[in-house]
Amino acid sequence: MSEVRKIATRESYGNALAELGAEHDDIVVLDADLAEATKTGIFKKAFPERFIDCGIAESNMIGVAAGLAAAGKVPFASSFAMFAAGRAYEQVRNSVGYPHLNVKIGATHAGISVGEDGATHQCNEDIALMRVIPGMTVICPSDDIEARAAVRAAYEHKGPVYMRFGRLAVPVINDRKDYKFKLGKGVVLREGKDLTIIATGLPVSNCLEAAGKLAADGIEAKVVNIHTIKPLDEELVTAAAKETGQVVTVEEHSVIGGLGSAVCDVLSEKEPTRVMKIGINDVFGESGPAAELLKKYGLDTESIYEKIKGFVR
Amino acid sequence: MDKLELMKTANEIRKGIVTAVHSAKAGHPGGSLSAAEIFTYLYFEEMNIDPRNPKKENRDRFILSKGHTAPGLYATLAQRGYFPKEDLVTLRHTGSYLQGHPDMKMIPGVDMSSGSLGQGISAAVGMAVAGKISNADYRVYTLVGDGEIQEGQVWEASMLAAHRKLDNLVVIVDNNNLQIDGPITEVNSPYPIDKKFEAFNFHVINIDGNDFEQLDAAFKEARAVKGQPTAIIAKTLKGKGVSFMENQVAWHGKAPDDEQYRIAMEDLRKAGEALCQR
Repeated sequence: MSEVRKIATRESYGNALAELGAEHDDIVVLDADLAEATKTGIFKKAFPERFIDCGIAESNMIGVAAGLAAAGKVPFASSFAMFAAGRAYEQVRNSVGYPHLNVKIGATHAGISVGEDGATHQCNEDIALMRVIPGMTVICPSDDIEARAAVRAAYEHKGPVYMRFGRLAVPVINDRKDYKFKLGKGVVLREGKDLTIIATGLPVSNCLEAAGKLAADGIEAKVVNIHTIKPLDEELVTAAAKETGQVVTVEEHSVIGGLGSAVCDVLSEKEPTRVMKIGINDVFGESGPAAELLKKYGLDTESIYEKIKGFVR
Repeated sequence: MDKLELMKTANEIRKGIVTAVHSAKAGHPGGSLSAAEIFTYLYFEEMNIDPRNPKKENRDRFILSKGHTAPGLYATLAQRGYFPKEDLVTLRHTGSYLQGHPDMKMIPGVDMSSGSLGQGISAAVGMAVAGKISNADYRVYTLVGDGEIQEGQVWEASMLAAHRKLDNLVVIVDNNNLQIDGPITEVNSPYPIDKKFEAFNFHVINIDGNDFEQLDAAFKEARAVKGQPTAIIAKTLKGKGVSFMENQVAWHGKAPDDEQYRIAMEDLRKAGEALCQR
């Protein structure tokens, strides 16, 4: 087997910004002293006059982004998910969400795969926080190709967008000619009749591997990649649930309020289905290498496979 | 406008404030009345704006960071012709576009939604940055409360404003000395306010914010400043113009009843008459 190309989606974010910046004069990128980590440094290098380092002051950064948007710019405000969605939550809600301003939030270092920095920096709650804001679009791409497409789609969309990126390099799984990113549309990555695995972000590639292992056991899993958590592709989710009768959701996020909850919200109303939510089980993370943490918290291929084996009827 | 005309206009705006808050049976008259001269000066003298074209691209911007004093802004916008004065009585009523706090999506002339304290000034900084990036010559004004500056975000925004040399930005502090829980000196004193802005590298001007001559001099001085944002620390009288509201903490966020409304309007009618006899 040939070596799988791996790249962190934060890297994709930085590269996409620099690319878009060359095409559009109205893009302004903001950061809060993390340009090296969020990879906005790539944009900064290309367009220093359109890069605003706000220093370690995320609440103000979101407000400044709101003002830039009100004056006609398209700001991309960047920080770790913990601070963009967490610390600056109320600024995102009141200064961006309520006036429905055209602000894009690039949140990197989401989830437990932040690794060694530990629980204070591992944001497993951001999808929940952003999803409840009226009019907010929430995107969580699964690889480099999807992440770059997402940044472009976020620019083209008029209105606030929250984009979730990771620190850890993840396998490129979407490099096929017919790949198309459409905001709010899920992607079927594998067909199967026995159950549907609905995943977002980092663990999508693990779900594909788990589906391969399940197939070896005679269980055919349909795998759906949901890159846009809000607005959710309700049509695809309900159709898949109806077709396969049982659903497993997988996300590098709390099982409360994230993709799993969004899927259950829809299914309980439109297509009542047995659902198992795989994610962070209402606990804080801890320090450790990303791969070890993903295993410990049940988000590696083997754990996902085992859990599904125990669930599927 | 000459000084007398500005004073008459401010008195009319005060009538609008009292009428709106009375009709709403809720709202914030004290800090609206304290800033009536500031609102008047900005909208009738200082700012490059067009009420017939509220979104004019190169207009000057105003952000009411102390958003709870929306009645002051609304009465001013109505007086300036952005929308009918008759609409002021719909303030805070269900279905009205005159929301309890400024809403840029619904209200003509409102440049930024605000109300959660500390946030408006950041948006003002963002607009000023946008002006610099685009080489636009518009100016940005924001009014913050002296209680509001207890919010840390005000200082995050101020640090960035000075760092980026935003000489197209003027921060006005409505220093009426009172907040909900009492005098600001008793709650959590922000004094010395001027020294704090100086330390953040602002050009600082101290004035009596209810005096049009001093407002005029301050805003002209601010225009001449290069390479620094300006902070105008405007000492004002909370509740100014309504006898029983002046310097009374209780009138921060309370509406007058019918009898109090009658007295308030009588105060303002007399003040208006006196101005007309000058």
